[in-house]
Amino acid sequence: MTAKRYHVIVLGSGIESLVAAGYLGKAGLDVLVVDGAESVGGTLVTREVVPGYRFDSCLDSPGYLSPAVVADLALAHHGLKYSLGEPLMVAPRPGGPALRLSADLEATAGSLRQASPGDADRWPAFSDRITTLAGLLTDMYRRLPPRPGEGGVGDLMTILRLAARVRRLGRVELMEFLRTFPMPVADLLDDWFEDDLLKGALGVVAVRHLALGPRSGGTAFGLLHQQVGATAVPRGRPIISGGVGHLAWTLEVSARERGVEFRTGTGVAQIVVTEGGTTGVVLDSGEEIPARAVVSGYDVRRTFSDLVDPVHLDPEFAAMAARVRYRGVAAKVNLALGELPDFTGLDATDLRGTVVLCPSLDYLEKAYDHTKYGEVSDRLALELVIPSVSDPSLAPEGGHVLSAWLHYAPFHRRDGSWGESEREAIGDLALRILQDAAPNMANAVVGREVLTPLDLQDRFGLTEGQVYQGEVALDQILFMRPIPGWSHYRMPVGGLYLCGPATHPGGGITGQSGRLAARQLVRDQKKGRGRRAWT
Amino acid sequence: MTPLQLNTTPFHQRTAALAQGHAWRRWAGHAVLGCYQLHHDREYAAIRSGSGLIDVSPLYKYLIHGRDACRLLNRIVPRNVAKCQVGRVLYTPWCDSHGKVIDDGTISRLGEKTYRLTSADPNIRWLTDNAGGMDVVIEDVSRSLGAVALQGPTARDILARVADAEVESLRYFHLTEGTIRGIPVTISRTGYTGDLGYEIWVAADRAVPLWDALVETGADYGLLPAGILALDVARIEAGLLMIDVDYVSAHRALIDSQFSSPYELNLGWTVNLEKGPFNGRDALVAEHRHGPTWAFVGIEVDWEGLIELYAAVGLPPQLPTTAWRISVPLYVGRTQVGYATSGCWSPVLKKYIALAHVETRFAAPGTAIEMEVTVEHHRRPVAVTVVKTPFFDPERKKAGAAGQRGSGAGDGT
Repeated sequence: MTAKRYHVIVLGSGIESLVAAGYLGKAGLDVLVVDGAESVGGTLVTREVVPGYRFDSCLDSPGYLSPAVVADLALAHHGLKYSLGEPLMVAPRPGGPALRLSADLEATAGSLRQASPGDADRWPAFSDRITTLAGLLTDMYRRLPPRPGEGGVGDLMTILRLAARVRRLGRVELMEFLRTFPMPVADLLDDWFEDDLLKGALGVVAVRHLALGPRSGGTAFGLLHQQVGATAVPRGRPIISGGVGHLAWTLEVSARERGVEFRTGTGVAQIVVTEGGTTGVVLDSGEEIPARAVVSGYDVRRTFSDLVDPVHLDPEFAAMAARVRYRGVAAKVNLALGELPDFTGLDATDLRGTVVLCPSLDYLEKAYDHTKYGEVSDRLALELVIPSVSDPSLAPEGGHVLSAWLHYAPFHRRDGSWGESEREAIGDLALRILQDAAPNMANAVVGREVLTPLDLQDRFGLTEGQVYQGEVALDQILFMRPIPGWSHYRMPVGGLYLCGPATHPGGGITGQSGRLAARQLVRDQKKGRGRRAWT
Repeated sequence: MTPLQLNTTPFHQRTAALAQGHAWRRWAGHAVLGCYQLHHDREYAAIRSGSGLIDVSPLYKYLIHGRDACRLLNRIVPRNVAKCQVGRVLYTPWCDSHGKVIDDGTISRLGEKTYRLTSADPNIRWLTDNAGGMDVVIEDVSRSLGAVALQGPTARDILARVADAEVESLRYFHLTEGTIRGIPVTISRTGYTGDLGYEIWVAADRAVPLWDALVETGADYGLLPAGILALDVARIEAGLLMIDVDYVSAHRALIDSQFSSPYELNLGWTVNLEKGPFNGRDALVAEHRHGPTWAFVGIEVDWEGLIELYAAVGLPPQLPTTAWRISVPLYVGRTQVGYATSGCWSPVLKKYIALAHVETRFAAPGTAIEMEVTVEHHRRPVAVTVVKTPFFDPERKKAGAAGQRGSGAGDGT
């Protein structure tokens, strides 16, 4: 039997793979999505870990979900419903009024005024400044990144468009933009505010999934990256009815409607390369499926170290690929709760947004200090969500599901690797920190799931437990993502494309890389570009 | 504090004692002798009529072993390493991804999964970058392994007498293991002189007694230690190119015109486009289709022409006393069509010869062009003719010992 030959095989069924597959299907190509997992979704998976309790086991938010993708793939038509949790972010203050950051500037200022009238006065200007600067990124993230030194018309147009946009910023804002990018977020926040709790909470946002502390250079960019697409600070978290897994599900349904086929349960063992171009894939079962193009939703290391025979790669490219920085620094703790945490000064409706437990930038920086040397601090920052507040179907009557990211838990431990006892220890630590803020948690935990960075790697294929498939740091963005000079999704093996968060614009921005990768492939196909005719 | 100094080779104790004029030269971070005597001509004569003993330890040497050793080398070099059997040596250049030559050297297959690569430049990073994802160990043995070349018509007789190894039957570009006065050595029938000759590879700490054994035995066979000035003349006669002199490594070239492909260096014979993927293959396939722009050729200076030029100023013809290694323009009429990169008076051929880059259309043997010579401070054109290399190619280079089967051509130099 000759296997069916597809136009495109998409590797992995993470969200960007699904988006790419959807667009490719829409363009009329024969597409097959292959994933070793039994179900689609990759890191967007909602599972019943404790009987009766359904968790967004890995990622609990799609970050910034591109509205263009939602519209193009008719996701609403396929049942996608989401809303921003409001307030956007809250932080309990021991013995004082809690912090509530809201989409409504006045409401936020009102909350800030209790701790610092000055901070409250400055908030609207700060929010405006951050939103303007992040807006520039939002614009850049919608398009292919301009590549310095490339004389192409496309690159020139992107640069001109960017220049026009930058001109509109005005002199002061342009200077601010250039000044802010490389700044430590601590310096930025110290420029504006005095309340430690406020600065601690925003600091956590800025260092999300970065192996950097708030006093590290480039973390102000981290804050801007997390603000892409937002109209308020912080961006807030789209809460998807049915959990994040439902987003993956609607993408799958949308793709199937466009003729995309799925093969799950058998992973890919090899990307076949003949005469410098790909001709398909070999599955773990040994079965070879021919295709004219392969779109990998995996990261650079998995794609090029595990799946492509190194003899097909230019060693200069391979060396650059090997230098991509991952360094996962976060652990995930999912708790099944019998009741809501009783945080000081926060009621149940406040818990629709993200809860941050981080009293100050010093606290966060000290937690980071340990990370530098491969240690886990006993004072971690927690960023947690309780999706069952908005969607009670996720837990039994009266119960709740809580998902927390712990900053920092370095993948590279000095004392070896993450094992069973380290996993339990960091789970206990998370619980202890939670109990300090909400004492009723001592007896409320029904069950838990702890994912160390090693678990994230082993169970979700995230190299070094890095959920963004490579740090979104200043030297790994735009034309430098995933690899300097290879930011336009085409890889040096003919017919091989990358589409995951490893590529521009990177993790935390959902749908854009899948969309842009698919667009590049469709363009190539129309031009008959690449090694092989497409007909 | 020790002052900063060049490294010495494992033979230094012996070579330094023989340095009549202290004519030290730099080679890959080592101090080696340009010539032992005050002039290199007797050392050169030894290479062509007796034997020259040349310390070539500064070569970079890498031991590559493991399951993927062959795969690694095969993806690096354009020759087919898979066809290199145990006990064989092959010469090859290697290229970057644009098909431009990085370096050249030899690959010796020492065992089923063990190879030794020699190179003129450090290559450890390039090897490591290429070895990503492969099951292979790369060891830099440049300092721990000494190497001495025994080159000349009496080389086989010397080794046959002193070495406990299968030397008499050792064929061109083959190697064998053995001992010399109990010192374990590897002997390969290779060299940089285009003559009958061998290179002997020895652990650095046994190098001095090995030197003594060879010098003592060689006394009856016209052996002289030879420096790199003599070697330079011999290698030009043999038509063998030298990095940094005849071409610029792709790792150091700054502008497009400084890069060279194997085709442009007369090394097209090393390129096997059919063997599977290797660095630079795509570019070389394209170049092979269109044909290279440049060729690397031998040229012979017209003796009568040279006499005339010097006669015009009242002098007999002047000749370079050592090999030169500068860029000398080549013309057809008033148009420059290339440049010579190394040249010398060949004592064995009695000819003034040079190695040169010319535009492909002037590369055919017999093509008449002109080279610039400086006659008493004035630049003058002298007629030169493109000729085949090697300029000097004695039968003994590849021939077997008397009574032994010759190894013949096609043996993969």
